[in-house]
Amino acid sequence: MEYFLQQLINGVTLGSVYGLIAIGYTMVYGIIGMINFAHGDIFMVGAFVALISFILFALTGISLPIVLILVLLIAMVFTACYGWTVEKLAYKPLRKSFRLAPLISALGMSIVLQNYVQAAQGARIKTLQPVIQGGFNFFKESDFVVTLSYLQIFIVLVTIVLMAVFTLLITRTALGRAQRACEQDRTMTALMGINVDRTISMTFIIGSSLASVAGVMFVMYYGVIDFYIGFLAGIKAFTAAVLGGIGSIPGAMLGGLLIGLIETFWSGYISIEYKDIAAFTTLVIVLIFFPTGFLGKPDIEKV
Amino acid sequence: MGKDLIQKSLKDSLFTGIIALALFGPIVGLRTVAKNEVLVVEPKWFVVLLIVIFCAVGRFFINIYSYKKEKRRGEPSSFGKAISNFLDEKGAQIAIAAIAFSIIFPFMPFADRYWMDIAIMMMTYIMLGWGLNIVIGLAGLLDLGYVAFYAVGAYSYALFAIHFGWSFWICLPIAGLFAGMFGILLGFPVLRLRGDYLAIVTLAFGEMIRILLLNWYELTKGPDGLTGIPRPSFFGLPFKRYPDEGVETFHTFFGLEYDPMQRIVFLYYLILVLALITNAFTIKIRRLPVGRAWEALREDEIACKSLGVNPRNTKLTAFAIGAMFGGFAGSFFATRQAFISPESFTFIESAIIVAIVVLGGMGSQTGVVLSTIFLIGLIEVFRDFESYRMVAFGGAMVLIMIFRPRGILAKRKPTITMGKHG
Repeated sequence: MEYFLQQLINGVTLGSVYGLIAIGYTMVYGIIGMINFAHGDIFMVGAFVALISFILFALTGISLPIVLILVLLIAMVFTACYGWTVEKLAYKPLRKSFRLAPLISALGMSIVLQNYVQAAQGARIKTLQPVIQGGFNFFKESDFVVTLSYLQIFIVLVTIVLMAVFTLLITRTALGRAQRACEQDRTMTALMGINVDRTISMTFIIGSSLASVAGVMFVMYYGVIDFYIGFLAGIKAFTAAVLGGIGSIPGAMLGGLLIGLIETFWSGYISIEYKDIAAFTTLVIVLIFFPTGFLGKPDIEKV
Repeated sequence: MGKDLIQKSLKDSLFTGIIALALFGPIVGLRTVAKNEVLVVEPKWFVVLLIVIFCAVGRFFINIYSYKKEKRRGEPSSFGKAISNFLDEKGAQIAIAAIAFSIIFPFMPFADRYWMDIAIMMMTYIMLGWGLNIVIGLAGLLDLGYVAFYAVGAYSYALFAIHFGWSFWICLPIAGLFAGMFGILLGFPVLRLRGDYLAIVTLAFGEMIRILLLNWYELTKGPDGLTGIPRPSFFGLPFKRYPDEGVETFHTFFGLEYDPMQRIVFLYYLILVLALITNAFTIKIRRLPVGRAWEALREDEIACKSLGVNPRNTKLTAFAIGAMFGGFAGSFFATRQAFISPESFTFIESAIIVAIVVLGGMGSQTGVVLSTIFLIGLIEVFRDFESYRMVAFGGAMVLIMIFRPRGILAKRKPTITMGKHG
């Protein structure tokens, strides 16, 4: 029971990270119908920006809460630039191309980002000293002490706040309305006087900033990153997006949570070597038997 | 007008410079290095400055150039068209010349060990490209996990050869058969998925097989890999300087001096023959009903269904045949290296093979050869700049999709036409 509770806590934390990345996949899929294969690498860039800013701020001696806010903001701004540029360079020219062209272009972009970061930052793994330490301990008298660290609380809280802000953005603002309109019919939206290109750019900017927050959390939670983390995290987050129903934003968060739980319970109870297999198997099973996910719309084939 | 243009371009290039600064400032400008187990930041502002200036100036000239080009737009770039027209006219002669060149290649004066190794590597990629071309080019199924079948072929060859001591020529078809069976096994549940979902699922399968190879230590020796895979022999004559007692070797049988190049040359011809078999097979099967069904399915699945083509079975044959050729190539790889480990079968290999097929122009056999020479050549030229070469490679993929989304040889010729004027 205590062990189960601990896995649950870890799973929810991990799920928050995946959920934030998954939103980027699902939004881009909803609006231009492509799988943004480079999104995982955008997350990786976010983690690197966070790492660099943590190291720099450690020298200045600013108090921790301000550092956290600053790092989050810096990571969001710089990573958003990457998302925006990737869209402009690699996807925008391909909007009218054949169906698989953006996917292949995204694949190329993913290779570029990974190797560019490797060239610029080195191939070695990077270790960050723990930023937030300590936590609550439960069941101290039993054999297995359950720990809920402050860091985990921070991660889940930030995710909830971001999700709330983001939901308001989508449902209440003009930008959100434009985005939902673009999802339904891009030509018609353009005829209504909405700048479709700008809306798509904004989608990439928002998706990348959310992924960068996930990157900040990842680097704080694991303390170890390298240029390759984006690949696996990207696939897992994509699985989350499909599981929740691709194109559906609450679905992405739900899917992320489920994937986080599946992964932690699998490594806790079955086998830690094969923990990535768990994610891949889920992906395959979901795509084969359940391609619309929990909250997705069914895909109708039209002649 | 001109002044306005320059003003606009200047503004735009200033903006580009700011974006470039944001992109490269933190990642390039602040390199994290470990000093005494602690990460510190090492500034590299000069490099960033160079990149930013390069981006801004480049943007300025692109703006000016594209304005001038605007006036004479409408004619598509004719480079690829010229190549494909030339190949159409002289196709047969060029093919014969290319095959003749590849046959005499080992006897060229410059063909030393280095060139032979590159040639063998290119031939392997050409064969893989031709195998995957059946899946992507003909049947239109984007398979991002092709390396899985390459791995299955390599491992089944290695395991059979090591544990049973069977010769290359027995293990080769078995390896192909195994890979083909894997193709059917993996393809059966997923082939009804849409194009992009199929791509992701095949990617997942590819990674799953790699993780399995990495962790199933009893069978595959995990990350240590399999060593001592038997080298191929020339119809039973091994290539060895000091053979076992009473065994005749290649050089004693033919009364030659021993030379390690003999084995390399033999390997070269082996992969050449395997690749040419793949090519001949593809050219033939394109004209058969199943080949035509693949191409029809690629163009319009719904129309095919209504005409009574079974999409799943048709796709499955393409998937399995492609996998089989991947398996053949894998067993060749195993016997050439004499050592295999999961390291050789990462996702990036799949990406390279996909890039070869797509860049060549999906479905074009000649295109695969051209793009292999270009891409593997590119990787080889940048060999000294380890990670920059993959940046160049990925960048090439993006640029090709933007400027020639149908590949170098973009022209699609129907394999079968009705009558002369049809």
